Amino acid sequence: MILDNLQSLRFFLPELTLILAILVVILCDITFKSLRNVLNPLLTMAALVLAFYFTLQLNQAGDATLFRGMLATDSFAQFFKIFLLLAAFLVLLGSLHSEELSQVHQGEFFVLLLAVTVGMILMSNSIHLAMLYLSLELVSLTSYIMVGYLRNDRLSNEASLKYILFGAISTGSMLYGFSLLYGMTGSLSLFAIRDALLAQGVHGFNQFTILLILVLTLAGFGFKTAAVPFHFWCPDVYAGAPTPVTAFLSVAPKAAGFAILLRFFFSGLTQSVGSQWGLVSGINWPIVLIAISVLTMTLGNIAALTQNNLKRMLAYSSIAHAGYIMMGAVVLTRDGMKSMLIYMFIYLFMNLGAFHVVTIIYNSEKTFDIEDYKGMFHRAPFLSTAMGVFMLSLIGIPPFAGFLGKLYVFGAVINKGLFWFAVVGTLNAAVAAFYYMRVVKAMIIEEGNGNTAPLQISFLNQALLVALLLPNILLTIFWNPIDRWTAASVKLFGGL
Amino acid sequence: MITLSHYLLVSAALFSLGILGVMTRKNAVNVLMGIELILNSANINLVAFSRYSSHTIDGQMFAIFVIVVAAAEVAVALAIILTLYRILSTVNLDQADSLKR
Repeated sequence: MILDNLQSLRFFLPELTLILAILVVILCDITFKSLRNVLNPLLTMAALVLAFYFTLQLNQAGDATLFRGMLATDSFAQFFKIFLLLAAFLVLLGSLHSEELSQVHQGEFFVLLLAVTVGMILMSNSIHLAMLYLSLELVSLTSYIMVGYLRNDRLSNEASLKYILFGAISTGSMLYGFSLLYGMTGSLSLFAIRDALLAQGVHGFNQFTILLILVLTLAGFGFKTAAVPFHFWCPDVYAGAPTPVTAFLSVAPKAAGFAILLRFFFSGLTQSVGSQWGLVSGINWPIVLIAISVLTMTLGNIAALTQNNLKRMLAYSSIAHAGYIMMGAVVLTRDGMKSMLIYMFIYLFMNLGAFHVVTIIYNSEKTFDIEDYKGMFHRAPFLSTAMGVFMLSLIGIPPFAGFLGKLYVFGAVINKGLFWFAVVGTLNAAVAAFYYMRVVKAMIIEEGNGNTAPLQISFLNQALLVALLLPNILLTIFWNPIDRWTAASVKLFGGL
Repeated sequence: MITLSHYLLVSAALFSLGILGVMTRKNAVNVLMGIELILNSANINLVAFSRYSSHTIDGQMFAIFVIVVAAAEVAVALAIILTLYRILSTVNLDQADSLKR
């Protein structure tokens, strides 16, 4: 079904809600001076919930392309809408009682959060190169501002400058790749690109060009997903940004980046062979992704070993996780894509959880140094236990949910016969155990400096901690719904 | 006679100069100018391909959007450079190094 502009609006309700909410929150921020600190977060929350409701309503609508082939609405898009709205909601709750953000006026923060959410949703739906570029830039521009949100803080500003310079170069290279792809195929729509590539065949000099295009476009996707060798911004930006923003960046834009990577490669550069996906002859993109995946997880894990700043360590760990997630893309099977969705969904809870603990401890201790976490168990037993769970989940130790994610990803790779790839992944998980366990050891086993005053944790932060903790424990036991949901979500418009 | 290849050569040269400028310059504003070169090289490509090899105006439409986004990007980047300048009193990238450990 190809819908024109007016017909599309019905399917565009979640995004429209968020866009309307952006305007309402801005107006509220400048008109109700006394109430705005209460109203802004409530309005933002209401908008996210309403958008979530409309997204669920869309479920029965069926597949279609919106706005004359700009966006797709399918079950894949549905998954990412739910995922991204959930991530934005959790980050919003986590940012409310953060000492870092409360130093400055927060009105714009909610607006930026809504704008970046709209951008990410559009990103995961786009099937047109122009839409893809525009939505990616919308996400990038708003997240540059969010990183530099602490105006008077030197680190926050430097992080923001690094982010925008790296981001502009990466997306610029991606754009150059898009322009070459447009020249080769004469079209900007992903489906038309695939048809053109299939019709003319890729051989001879074109094979070199398509490799160049792959490298250039992967600069853009790699930048969003923080994959090696486009990861240089990641540790500095994560360390400098306010912690709730770091938590957000490490999960949501990364997932949107993977969504767009899957759309680009599976809708644009893959053909269906019977009921399976097959390569367009002459374009062997899985090889490129395998190399990037191996490099990403290895470098991420090794660099994380020597970090003393917990935010930097989690930054490198998030790079490594991008490598694990990418493993699912190279196998070109439904299982592979399903495993990526499952991994991302679980990663949302374990990583946001870890960063939430960092936020809570920074609120009273003003430190990110792992050394200062020693003896935390005596001061906040529940918080330390929760951090232990998040860390074990990030390693992938059963019975926590992270294990389920790794199981699916490695399983998909082994099913395809790539045993060595699964071995590399497992070795990496073993290396990762060292630095995650270091945090657990510091918090639970080691003795602190004698300070035994209990840590002050607000009720909201405690409730959020429980909300993030539960999926980490329960998803391994009740894995059936998520298995069915993600299996149904592996359905791209115009594909299989 | 100016053919498609001429446009492509110009855009490839601009892209390379942009990357070179980004890699070698220490002044944040100069790096931004390098980024502009990269974006405009893609614009030349898009318009040239739209004119010569495709029968649609998709490419020209895309180029206009890119120009708008580039303007927005520079506005945000300059704002960030300005706030950093208030703190550091310099726009030299080598001195924005407090995140390195």
